[in-house]
Amino acid sequence: MKKKLISAPYIIWMAVFIVVPLMMVAYFAFTDGDGNFTLDYIANVAQYTNIFVRSIWLAAIATVICLIIAYPASFILATMDKKHQSTMIMIVMLPMWMNFLLRTYAWMTLLGNNGIINRALGLIGLGPYKLLNTQGAVVLGMVYNYLPYMILPLYSVIVKIDKMLLEAAQDLGCNSRKVLFKVVFPLSLPGVMSGITMVFVPAISTFIISRMLGGGSNLLIGDLIEMQFLGNSYNPNLGAGISLVLMVIVLLIMTIMNQFDSDDEDRVLI
Amino acid sequence: MKKISKIYMSLLLLFFYLPIFVLIVFSFNTTKSRSVFEGFTFDWYVKLFHNELILTSFRNTIIISLLASVLSTILGTAAAIGINNMKKLPKATALNVNNIPIINPEIVTGVSLMLLFVFFAARMNFSFGFGTLLIAHITFDVPYVVLNVMPKFRQMNPNIYEAAQDLGCNSVQAFFKVVLPEIMPGIISGFLMSFTFSLDDFVISYFTSGATSQTLPITIYSMTRRKVSPEINALSTIIFAVVVLVLLLKNVIDKKSEKEMAI
Repeated sequence: MKKKLISAPYIIWMAVFIVVPLMMVAYFAFTDGDGNFTLDYIANVAQYTNIFVRSIWLAAIATVICLIIAYPASFILATMDKKHQSTMIMIVMLPMWMNFLLRTYAWMTLLGNNGIINRALGLIGLGPYKLLNTQGAVVLGMVYNYLPYMILPLYSVIVKIDKMLLEAAQDLGCNSRKVLFKVVFPLSLPGVMSGITMVFVPAISTFIISRMLGGGSNLLIGDLIEMQFLGNSYNPNLGAGISLVLMVIVLLIMTIMNQFDSDDEDRVLI
Repeated sequence: MKKISKIYMSLLLLFFYLPIFVLIVFSFNTTKSRSVFEGFTFDWYVKLFHNELILTSFRNTIIISLLASVLSTILGTAAAIGINNMKKLPKATALNVNNIPIINPEIVTGVSLMLLFVFFAARMNFSFGFGTLLIAHITFDVPYVVLNVMPKFRQMNPNIYEAAQDLGCNSVQAFFKVVLPEIMPGIISGFLMSFTFSLDDFVISYFTSGATSQTLPITIYSMTRRKVSPEINALSTIIFAVVVLVLLLKNVIDKKSEKEMAI
Protein backbone atom coordinates (compact mmCIF):
# COMPACT_ATOMS: atom_id res chain seq x y z
CA MET A 1 0.00 0.00 0.00
CA LYS A 2 1.76 3.13 -1.21
CA LYS A 3 -1.27 5.11 -0.12
CA LYS A 4 0.06 5.44 3.41
CA LEU A 5 2.93 7.58 2.10
CA ILE A 6 0.57 10.33 1.08
CA SER A 7 -0.05 11.21 4.73
CA ALA A 8 3.69 11.49 5.42
CA PRO A 9 3.82 15.31 4.97
CA TYR A 10 1.13 15.84 7.60
CA ILE A 11 2.61 13.24 9.94
CA ILE A 12 5.90 15.17 9.81
CA TRP A 13 3.98 18.46 10.21
CA MET A 14 2.21 17.12 13.32
CA ALA A 15 5.52 15.95 14.77
CA VAL A 16 7.23 19.32 14.22
CA PHE A 17 4.38 21.72 14.99
CA ILE A 18 2.21 19.84 17.48
CA VAL A 19 4.35 17.30 19.35
CA VAL A 20 7.67 19.16 19.52
CA PRO A 21 6.11 22.46 20.74
CA LEU A 22 4.31 20.62 23.55
CA MET A 23 7.56 18.88 24.48
CA MET A 24 9.20 22.29 24.56
CA VAL A 25 6.53 23.52 26.99
CA ALA A 26 7.39 20.56 29.23
CA TYR A 27 11.14 21.16 28.77
CA PHE A 28 10.88 24.86 29.68
CA ALA A 29 8.68 24.04 32.67
CA PHE A 30 11.30 21.70 34.15
CA THR A 31 14.52 23.57 33.35
CA ASP A 32 16.02 26.95 34.28
CA GLY A 33 17.46 29.52 31.87
CA ASP A 34 20.69 27.53 31.43
CA GLY A 35 18.96 24.24 30.67
CA ASN A 36 19.55 22.61 34.07
CA PHE A 37 16.79 20.46 35.50
CA THR A 38 14.77 22.19 38.18
CA LEU A 39 11.39 21.91 39.86
CA ASP A 40 11.44 25.55 40.95
CA TYR A 41 9.07 26.86 38.30
CA ILE A 42 6.49 24.14 38.86
CA ALA A 43 6.77 24.83 42.59
CA ASN A 44 6.41 28.56 41.91
CA VAL A 45 3.05 27.96 40.27
CA ALA A 46 1.76 27.32 43.79
CA GLN A 47 2.20 31.06 44.52
CA TYR A 48 -0.61 31.71 42.11
CA THR A 49 -3.07 29.32 43.73
CA ASN A 50 -5.51 32.19 44.29
CA ILE A 51 -5.57 32.96 40.56
CA PHE A 52 -6.13 29.28 39.74
CA VAL A 53 -8.92 29.06 42.27
CA ARG A 54 -10.51 32.26 40.91
CA SER A 55 -10.32 30.99 37.31
CA ILE A 56 -11.84 27.61 38.15
CA TRP A 57 -14.53 29.28 40.29
CA LEU A 58 -15.57 31.92 37.70
CA ALA A 59 -15.48 29.38 34.85
CA ALA A 60 -17.58 26.97 36.92
CA ILE A 61 -20.20 29.66 37.72
CA ALA A 62 -20.34 30.66 34.04
CA THR A 63 -20.76 26.99 33.03
CA VAL A 64 -23.60 26.43 35.50
CA ILE A 65 -25.39 29.62 34.38
CA CYS A 66 -24.95 28.56 30.74
CA LEU A 67 -26.46 25.15 31.51
CA ILE A 68 -29.42 26.68 33.36
CA ILE A 69 -30.16 29.14 30.55
CA ALA A 70 -29.42 26.73 27.69
CA TYR A 71 -31.42 23.70 28.82
CA PRO A 72 -34.91 25.19 28.51
CA ALA A 73 -33.83 27.01 25.34
CA SER A 74 -32.58 23.80 23.73
CA PHE A 75 -35.74 21.98 24.78
CA ILE A 76 -37.94 24.69 23.26
CA LEU A 77 -35.86 24.64 20.06
CA ALA A 78 -35.97 20.85 19.81
CA THR A 79 -39.73 20.62 20.30
CA MET A 80 -40.50 23.53 17.97
CA ASP A 81 -42.38 23.28 14.72
CA LYS A 82 -39.93 21.60 12.28
CA LYS A 83 -40.57 24.30 9.67
CA HIS A 84 -39.11 27.12 11.77
CA GLN A 85 -36.48 25.07 13.60
CA SER A 86 -33.51 25.59 11.29
CA THR A 87 -34.23 29.32 10.91
CA MET A 88 -34.46 29.72 14.69
CA ILE A 89 -31.18 27.84 15.21
CA MET A 90 -29.54 30.15 12.70
CA ILE A 91 -30.82 33.22 14.55
CA VAL A 92 -29.55 31.88 17.87
CA MET A 93 -26.13 31.02 16.44
CA LEU A 94 -25.67 34.20 14.41
CA PRO A 95 -23.97 36.33 17.11
CA MET A 96 -21.36 33.59 17.47
CA TRP A 97 -20.12 34.44 13.98
CA MET A 98 -19.03 37.90 15.08
CA ASN A 99 -15.51 38.08 16.42
CA PHE A 100 -15.57 37.56 20.20
CA LEU A 101 -13.49 40.70 20.72
CA LEU A 102 -16.29 42.79 19.23
CA ARG A 103 -18.94 41.00 21.28
CA THR A 104 -16.93 41.60 24.44
CA TYR A 105 -16.31 45.22 23.44
CA ALA A 106 -20.06 45.68 23.12
CA TRP A 107 -20.51 44.74 26.77
CA MET A 108 -17.66 47.04 27.74
CA THR A 109 -19.59 49.99 26.36
CA LEU A 110 -22.87 48.83 27.92
CA LEU A 111 -21.51 48.28 31.42
CA GLY A 112 -19.28 51.37 31.75
CA ASN A 113 -19.97 54.09 34.29
CA ASN A 114 -21.33 56.28 31.50
CA GLY A 115 -22.77 53.27 29.69
CA ILE A 116 -26.35 52.78 28.66
CA ILE A 117 -27.28 50.59 31.61
CA ASN A 118 -26.13 53.12 34.19
CA ARG A 119 -27.79 55.97 32.24
CA ALA A 120 -31.04 54.06 32.16
CA LEU A 121 -30.82 53.34 35.89
CA GLY A 122 -30.00 57.00 36.45
CA LEU A 123 -33.26 58.03 34.79
CA ILE A 124 -35.22 56.19 37.47
CA GLY A 125 -32.96 57.58 40.16
CA LEU A 126 -30.66 54.63 40.77
CA GLY A 127 -26.90 54.23 40.62
CA PRO A 128 -24.51 54.72 39.02
CA TYR A 129 -23.31 51.28 39.97
CA LYS A 130 -19.85 49.91 39.33
CA LEU A 131 -20.67 47.23 36.77
CA LEU A 132 -17.51 47.13 34.68
CA ASN A 133 -14.25 45.77 36.14
CA THR A 134 -16.03 43.36 38.47
CA GLN A 135 -16.07 39.58 38.67
CA GLY A 136 -19.73 39.66 37.75
CA ALA A 137 -18.84 41.37 34.46
CA VAL A 138 -16.27 38.66 33.72
CA VAL A 139 -18.84 35.91 34.31
CA LEU A 140 -21.35 37.80 32.17
CA GLY A 141 -18.78 38.01 29.35
CA MET A 142 -18.12 34.28 29.58
CA VAL A 143 -21.83 33.42 29.55
CA TYR A 144 -22.49 35.73 26.61
CA ASN A 145 -19.59 34.38 24.55
CA TYR A 146 -19.94 30.66 25.28
CA LEU A 147 -23.71 30.15 25.68
CA PRO A 148 -24.11 28.96 22.04
CA TYR A 149 -21.54 26.21 22.75
CA MET A 150 -23.93 24.89 25.40
CA ILE A 151 -27.12 25.24 23.36
CA LEU A 152 -25.77 23.45 20.29
CA PRO A 153 -24.82 20.04 21.80
CA LEU A 154 -27.90 20.06 24.09
CA TYR A 155 -30.21 20.77 21.19
CA SER A 156 -28.72 18.08 18.96
CA VAL A 157 -29.13 15.45 21.71
CA ILE A 158 -32.66 16.44 22.77
CA VAL A 159 -33.93 16.62 19.18
CA LYS A 160 -32.95 12.96 18.70
CA ILE A 161 -34.93 11.68 21.70
CA ASP A 162 -37.80 9.49 20.51
CA LYS A 163 -41.08 11.28 21.30
CA MET A 164 -42.78 7.90 21.78
CA LEU A 165 -40.67 7.40 24.91
CA LEU A 166 -42.21 10.54 26.43
CA GLU A 167 -45.71 9.35 25.59
CA ALA A 168 -44.93 5.89 26.97
CA ALA A 169 -43.75 7.45 30.24
CA GLN A 170 -46.95 9.49 30.46
CA ASP A 171 -49.06 6.42 29.72
CA LEU A 172 -47.27 4.61 32.51
CA GLY A 173 -48.31 7.32 34.95
CA CYS A 174 -45.58 9.97 34.97
CA ASN A 175 -46.59 13.59 35.25
CA SER A 176 -44.74 16.05 33.05
CA ARG A 177 -42.20 16.93 35.73
CA LYS A 178 -41.36 13.24 36.20
CA VAL A 179 -41.06 12.78 32.42
CA LEU A 180 -38.53 15.60 32.37
CA PHE A 181 -36.38 14.31 35.22
CA LYS A 182 -36.70 10.54 34.65
CA VAL A 183 -36.69 10.37 30.84
CA VAL A 184 -35.56 13.53 29.07
CA PHE A 185 -32.73 14.55 31.38
CA PRO A 186 -30.99 11.13 31.61
CA LEU A 187 -31.20 10.73 27.84
CA SER A 188 -29.70 14.17 27.28
CA LEU A 189 -26.71 13.58 29.60
CA PRO A 190 -24.16 13.13 26.77
CA GLY A 191 -25.17 16.57 25.45
CA VAL A 192 -24.91 18.07 28.95
CA MET A 193 -21.40 16.64 29.31
CA SER A 194 -20.08 17.88 25.98
CA GLY A 195 -21.75 21.25 26.60
CA ILE A 196 -20.00 21.54 29.97
CA THR A 197 -16.59 20.80 28.42
CA MET A 198 -17.18 23.12 25.50
CA VAL A 199 -17.98 26.03 27.84
CA PHE A 200 -15.64 25.30 30.73
CA VAL A 201 -12.41 24.77 28.74
CA PRO A 202 -12.46 28.09 26.85
CA ALA A 203 -13.80 29.90 29.94
CA ILE A 204 -11.01 28.73 32.23
CA SER A 205 -8.26 29.63 29.74
CA THR A 206 -9.56 32.99 28.48
CA PHE A 207 -7.45 36.09 28.92
CA ILE A 208 -9.26 38.71 26.89
CA ILE A 209 -12.65 38.62 28.59
CA SER A 210 -11.09 39.06 32.02
CA ARG A 211 -8.91 41.92 30.81
CA MET A 212 -11.64 43.81 28.98
CA LEU A 213 -14.44 43.34 31.50
CA GLY A 214 -12.57 42.56 34.70
CA GLY A 215 -10.09 45.43 34.72
CA GLY A 216 -6.64 44.75 36.11
CA SER A 217 -7.76 43.25 39.39
CA ASN A 218 -9.46 40.06 38.24
CA LEU A 219 -6.55 38.19 36.63
CA LEU A 220 -7.20 34.68 35.37
CA ILE A 221 -4.80 31.87 34.42
CA GLY A 222 -4.78 33.04 30.81
CA ASP A 223 -3.68 36.55 31.81
CA LEU A 224 -0.94 35.08 33.96
CA ILE A 225 0.40 32.98 31.05
CA GLU A 226 0.18 35.89 28.63
CA MET A 227 2.13 38.13 31.03
CA GLN A 228 5.02 35.65 31.16
CA PHE A 229 5.37 35.61 27.38
CA LEU A 230 4.34 39.01 26.03
CA GLY A 231 3.93 41.17 29.11
CA ASN A 232 6.40 43.06 31.24
CA SER A 233 7.44 40.10 33.36
CA TYR A 234 9.04 38.02 30.60
CA ASN A 235 9.62 34.55 32.06
CA PRO A 236 8.95 31.71 29.60
CA ASN A 237 9.97 29.03 32.10
CA LEU A 238 7.31 30.07 34.60
CA GLY A 239 4.83 30.60 31.73
CA ALA A 240 5.50 27.06 30.50
CA GLY A 241 5.01 25.73 34.03
CA ILE A 242 1.62 27.46 34.35
CA SER A 243 0.59 26.26 30.86
CA LEU A 244 1.48 22.71 31.82
CA VAL A 245 -0.66 22.88 34.97
CA LEU A 246 -3.55 24.37 32.97
CA MET A 247 -3.27 21.53 30.43
CA VAL A 248 -3.38 18.94 33.22
CA ILE A 249 -6.50 20.57 34.73
CA VAL A 250 -8.23 20.61 31.34
CA LEU A 251 -7.29 16.99 30.58
CA LEU A 252 -8.51 15.92 34.02
CA ILE A 253 -11.89 17.60 33.48
CA MET A 254 -12.28 16.08 30.03
CA THR A 255 -11.49 12.58 31.34
CA ILE A 256 -14.06 12.98 34.11
CA MET A 257 -16.66 14.23 31.64
CA ASN A 258 -15.96 11.38 29.21
CA GLN A 259 -16.65 8.85 32.00
CA PHE A 260 -20.31 9.83 31.88
CA ASP A 261 -20.36 9.58 28.16
CA SER A 262 -21.02 5.96 27.31
CA ASP A 263 -21.83 6.37 23.64
CA ASP A 264 -18.69 7.54 21.88
CA GLU A 265 -20.32 7.59 18.46
CA ASP A 266 -22.91 10.15 19.49
CA ARG A 267 -20.41 12.64 20.84
CA VAL A 268 -21.17 16.07 19.53
CA LEU A 269 -18.17 17.77 18.02
CA ILE A 270 -18.43 20.96 16.05
CA MET B 1 -46.90 26.64 27.98
CA LYS B 2 -46.47 27.93 24.43
CA LYS B 3 -46.60 31.48 25.72
CA ILE B 4 -43.88 30.88 28.30
CA SER B 5 -41.66 29.36 25.61
CA LYS B 6 -42.14 32.37 23.40
CA ILE B 7 -41.33 34.82 26.19
CA TYR B 8 -38.27 32.78 27.15
CA MET B 9 -36.90 32.69 23.61
CA SER B 10 -37.57 36.41 23.15
CA LEU B 11 -35.62 37.22 26.31
CA LEU B 12 -32.76 35.00 25.13
CA LEU B 13 -32.64 36.70 21.74
CA LEU B 14 -32.79 40.10 23.45
CA PHE B 15 -29.74 39.09 25.51
CA PHE B 16 -27.92 37.93 22.37
CA TYR B 17 -28.77 40.87 20.12
CA LEU B 18 -29.11 43.91 22.39
CA PRO B 19 -25.34 44.49 22.73
CA ILE B 20 -24.85 44.15 18.97
CA PHE B 21 -27.81 46.43 18.31
CA VAL B 22 -26.42 49.12 20.61
CA LEU B 23 -23.01 48.80 18.91
CA ILE B 24 -24.63 49.34 15.53
CA VAL B 25 -26.73 52.33 16.63
CA PHE B 26 -23.75 54.16 18.10
CA SER B 27 -21.71 53.65 14.95
CA PHE B 28 -23.90 56.42 13.48
CA ASN B 29 -23.52 58.77 16.45
CA THR B 30 -22.00 62.21 15.81
CA THR B 31 -20.07 62.29 19.11
CA LYS B 32 -17.90 59.74 20.83
CA SER B 33 -20.51 59.25 23.56
CA ARG B 34 -21.51 55.64 24.10
CA SER B 35 -24.77 56.31 25.87
CA VAL B 36 -26.39 59.42 24.38
CA PHE B 37 -27.31 59.52 20.71
CA GLU B 38 -26.70 63.06 19.52
CA GLY B 39 -27.14 62.95 15.78
CA PHE B 40 -26.74 60.85 12.68
CA THR B 41 -23.50 60.65 10.71
CA PHE B 42 -21.47 58.39 8.44
CA ASP B 43 -18.19 59.98 9.63
CA TRP B 44 -16.90 56.91 11.43
CA TYR B 45 -17.32 54.81 8.32
CA VAL B 46 -15.40 57.37 6.24
CA LYS B 47 -12.66 57.42 8.89
CA LEU B 48 -12.62 53.63 8.92
CA PHE B 49 -11.98 53.44 5.19
CA HIS B 50 -9.12 55.90 5.51
CA ASN B 51 -7.51 54.03 8.39
CA GLU B 52 -4.36 52.54 6.86
CA LEU B 53 -3.79 50.17 9.80
CA ILE B 54 -7.23 48.60 9.53
CA LEU B 55 -7.05 48.24 5.76
CA THR B 56 -3.63 46.57 5.88
CA SER B 57 -4.65 44.19 8.63
CA PHE B 58 -7.85 43.37 6.77
CA ARG B 59 -5.78 42.50 3.69
CA ASN B 60 -3.41 40.42 5.86
CA THR B 61 -6.34 38.52 7.35
CA ILE B 62 -7.79 37.65 3.96
CA ILE B 63 -4.41 36.55 2.53
CA ILE B 64 -3.51 34.45 5.58
CA SER B 65 -6.96 32.84 5.84
CA LEU B 66 -7.11 31.95 2.15
CA LEU B 67 -3.55 30.63 1.97
CA ALA B 68 -3.81 28.71 5.24
CA SER B 69 -7.17 27.14 4.42
CA VAL B 70 -6.17 26.13 0.86
CA LEU B 71 -2.88 24.59 2.03
CA SER B 72 -4.63 22.93 4.99
CA THR B 73 -7.26 21.44 2.74
CA ILE B 74 -4.62 19.85 0.49
CA LEU B 75 -2.47 18.68 3.39
CA GLY B 76 -5.47 17.45 5.38
CA THR B 77 -7.16 15.60 2.52
CA ALA B 78 -3.91 13.79 1.66
CA ALA B 79 -3.44 13.00 5.34
CA ALA B 80 -6.98 11.63 5.67
CA ILE B 81 -6.47 9.30 2.69
CA GLY B 82 -3.24 7.95 4.17
CA ILE B 83 -4.53 7.70 7.74
CA ASN B 84 -7.63 5.88 6.52
CA ASN B 85 -5.40 3.15 5.04
CA MET B 86 -3.32 2.71 8.19
CA LYS B 87 -3.53 -0.21 10.58
CA LYS B 88 -5.52 0.21 13.77
CA LEU B 89 -2.80 1.39 16.16
CA PRO B 90 -1.00 3.94 13.93
CA LYS B 91 -4.41 5.21 12.83
CA ALA B 92 -5.56 5.78 16.41
CA THR B 93 -2.25 7.47 17.27
CA ALA B 94 -2.37 9.78 14.25
CA LEU B 95 -5.99 10.76 14.99
CA ASN B 96 -5.22 11.41 18.65
CA VAL B 97 -2.32 13.71 17.81
CA ASN B 98 -4.54 15.37 15.20
CA ASN B 99 -7.09 16.12 17.96
CA ILE B 100 -4.58 17.82 20.27
CA PRO B 101 -4.98 21.36 18.81
CA ILE B 102 -8.77 21.01 19.02
CA ILE B 103 -8.84 19.84 22.63
CA ASN B 104 -5.99 21.94 24.02
CA PRO B 105 -6.80 25.45 25.29
CA GLU B 106 -5.98 27.90 22.49
CA ILE B 107 -3.58 29.83 24.67
CA VAL B 108 -1.47 26.69 25.27
CA THR B 109 -1.29 25.99 21.51
CA GLY B 110 -0.28 29.61 20.92
CA VAL B 111 2.34 29.62 23.64
CA SER B 112 3.83 26.27 22.58
CA LEU B 113 4.21 27.45 18.98
CA MET B 114 5.71 30.70 20.19
CA LEU B 115 8.34 28.77 22.20
CA LEU B 116 9.20 26.74 19.09
CA PHE B 117 9.49 29.84 16.90
CA VAL B 118 11.57 31.74 19.48
CA PHE B 119 13.93 28.77 19.73
CA PHE B 120 14.46 28.52 15.98
CA ALA B 121 14.33 32.25 15.22
CA ALA B 122 17.52 32.73 17.19
CA ARG B 123 19.29 29.80 15.53
CA MET B 124 18.05 30.03 11.95
CA ASN B 125 17.93 33.78 11.66
CA PHE B 126 14.29 34.52 10.83
CA SER B 127 11.82 36.72 12.66
CA PHE B 128 8.17 36.52 13.63
CA GLY B 129 5.85 37.56 10.83
CA PHE B 130 3.96 36.20 7.88
CA GLY B 131 5.74 32.81 7.88
CA THR B 132 5.21 32.00 11.54
CA LEU B 133 1.60 33.19 11.36
CA LEU B 134 0.91 30.99 8.34
CA ILE B 135 2.47 27.92 9.99
CA ALA B 136 0.40 28.51 13.13
CA HIS B 137 -2.83 28.86 11.15
CA ILE B 138 -2.17 25.70 9.12
CA THR B 139 -1.44 23.83 12.36
CA PHE B 140 -4.84 24.59 13.87
CA ASP B 141 -6.73 24.34 10.53
CA VAL B 142 -5.67 20.89 9.28
CA PRO B 143 -7.23 18.93 12.19
CA TYR B 144 -10.69 20.19 11.14
CA VAL B 145 -10.10 19.16 7.51
CA VAL B 146 -9.03 15.66 8.61
CA LEU B 147 -12.08 15.37 10.90
CA ASN B 148 -14.40 16.41 8.07
CA VAL B 149 -12.91 14.15 5.39
CA MET B 150 -12.40 10.94 7.43
CA PRO B 151 -16.12 10.08 7.89
CA LYS B 152 -16.66 10.30 4.12
CA PHE B 153 -14.42 7.25 3.63
CA ARG B 154 -16.55 5.30 6.08
CA GLN B 155 -19.71 6.20 4.14
CA MET B 156 -18.14 5.30 0.79
CA ASN B 157 -18.47 1.84 -0.73
CA PRO B 158 -14.87 0.51 -0.66
CA ASN B 159 -15.50 -1.62 -3.75
CA ILE B 160 -16.10 1.23 -6.17
CA TYR B 161 -12.39 2.10 -6.25
CA GLU B 162 -11.57 -1.46 -7.32
CA ALA B 163 -14.50 -1.53 -9.72
CA ALA B 164 -13.09 1.58 -11.45
CA GLN B 165 -9.74 -0.15 -11.79
CA ASP B 166 -11.37 -3.31 -13.16
CA LEU B 167 -13.10 -1.16 -15.74
CA GLY B 168 -9.74 0.17 -16.95
CA CYS B 169 -8.82 3.15 -14.82
CA ASN B 170 -5.29 3.37 -13.48
CA SER B 171 -5.03 4.20 -9.79
CA VAL B 172 -4.65 7.95 -10.38
CA GLN B 173 -7.69 8.05 -12.68
CA ALA B 174 -9.66 5.90 -10.26
CA PHE B 175 -8.86 8.32 -7.47
CA PHE B 176 -9.78 11.50 -9.35
CA LYS B 177 -12.86 10.09 -11.10
CA VAL B 178 -14.34 7.97 -8.34
CA VAL B 179 -12.94 8.59 -4.85
CA LEU B 180 -12.55 12.38 -5.00
CA PRO B 181 -16.19 13.12 -5.96
CA GLU B 182 -17.31 10.86 -3.10
CA ILE B 183 -15.29 12.70 -0.45
CA MET B 184 -15.79 16.18 -1.96
CA PRO B 185 -18.52 17.32 0.49
CA GLY B 186 -16.14 16.59 3.38
CA ILE B 187 -13.32 18.48 1.68
CA ILE B 188 -15.52 21.51 1.07
CA SER B 189 -16.87 21.68 4.61
CA GLY B 190 -13.33 21.20 5.94
CA PHE B 191 -12.14 24.09 3.79
CA LEU B 192 -14.98 26.39 4.88
CA MET B 193 -14.47 25.52 8.53
CA SER B 194 -10.73 26.20 8.44
CA PHE B 195 -11.31 29.44 6.51
CA THR B 196 -13.74 30.78 9.11
CA PHE B 197 -11.53 29.68 12.01
CA SER B 198 -8.56 31.45 10.41
CA LEU B 199 -10.59 34.62 9.81
CA ASP B 200 -11.77 34.67 13.40
CA ASP B 201 -8.65 33.56 15.25
CA PHE B 202 -7.20 35.96 17.76
CA VAL B 203 -5.44 34.04 20.54
CA ILE B 204 -3.02 31.90 18.50
CA SER B 205 -2.26 34.75 16.05
CA TYR B 206 -1.57 37.05 18.99
CA PHE B 207 1.31 34.85 20.14
CA THR B 208 2.75 34.06 16.70
CA SER B 209 2.33 37.15 14.51
CA GLY B 210 5.04 39.66 15.36
CA ALA B 211 4.72 43.36 14.58
CA THR B 212 4.84 43.25 10.78
CA SER B 213 1.88 41.05 9.86
CA GLN B 214 -1.04 41.91 12.13
CA THR B 215 -4.43 40.44 11.39
CA LEU B 216 -7.76 42.22 11.84
CA PRO B 217 -8.60 40.64 15.23
CA ILE B 218 -5.22 41.77 16.58
CA THR B 219 -5.84 45.31 15.33
CA ILE B 220 -9.32 45.27 16.87
CA TYR B 221 -7.77 44.20 20.16
CA SER B 222 -5.27 47.07 20.16
CA MET B 223 -8.13 49.46 19.30
CA THR B 224 -10.21 48.31 22.27
CA ARG B 225 -7.24 48.99 24.53
CA ARG B 226 -7.44 52.67 23.55
CA LYS B 227 -10.87 53.13 25.11
CA VAL B 228 -13.33 55.16 23.05
CA SER B 229 -13.24 54.88 19.27
CA PRO B 230 -16.55 54.60 17.38
CA GLU B 231 -14.59 53.30 14.38
CA ILE B 232 -14.80 49.87 16.05
CA ASN B 233 -18.58 50.23 16.09
CA ALA B 234 -18.56 51.00 12.38
CA LEU B 235 -16.30 48.01 11.75
CA SER B 236 -18.57 45.74 13.84
CA THR B 237 -21.60 46.92 11.89
CA ILE B 238 -19.96 46.06 8.59
CA ILE B 239 -18.79 42.65 9.84
CA PHE B 240 -22.26 41.91 11.24
CA ALA B 241 -23.90 42.87 7.95
CA VAL B 242 -21.51 40.61 6.02
CA VAL B 243 -22.16 37.69 8.39
CA VAL B 244 -25.94 38.10 8.09
CA LEU B 245 -25.66 38.28 4.30
CA VAL B 246 -23.46 35.17 4.03
CA LEU B 247 -25.70 33.13 6.34
CA LEU B 248 -28.85 34.22 4.50
CA LEU B 249 -27.26 33.25 1.20
CA LYS B 250 -26.21 29.88 2.59
CA ASN B 251 -29.74 29.30 3.88
CA VAL B 252 -31.25 30.09 0.49
CA ILE B 253 -28.82 27.73 -1.28
CA ASP B 254 -29.52 24.95 1.24
CA LYS B 255 -33.28 25.33 0.80
CA LYS B 256 -32.90 25.24 -2.96
CA SER B 257 -30.80 22.07 -2.98
CA GLU B 258 -33.27 20.46 -0.54
CA LYS B 259 -36.08 21.16 -2.97
CA GLU B 260 -34.08 19.73 -5.87
CA MET B 261 -33.36 16.63 -3.80
CA ALA B 262 -37.07 16.21 -3.13
CA ILE B 263 -37.83 16.31 -6.85
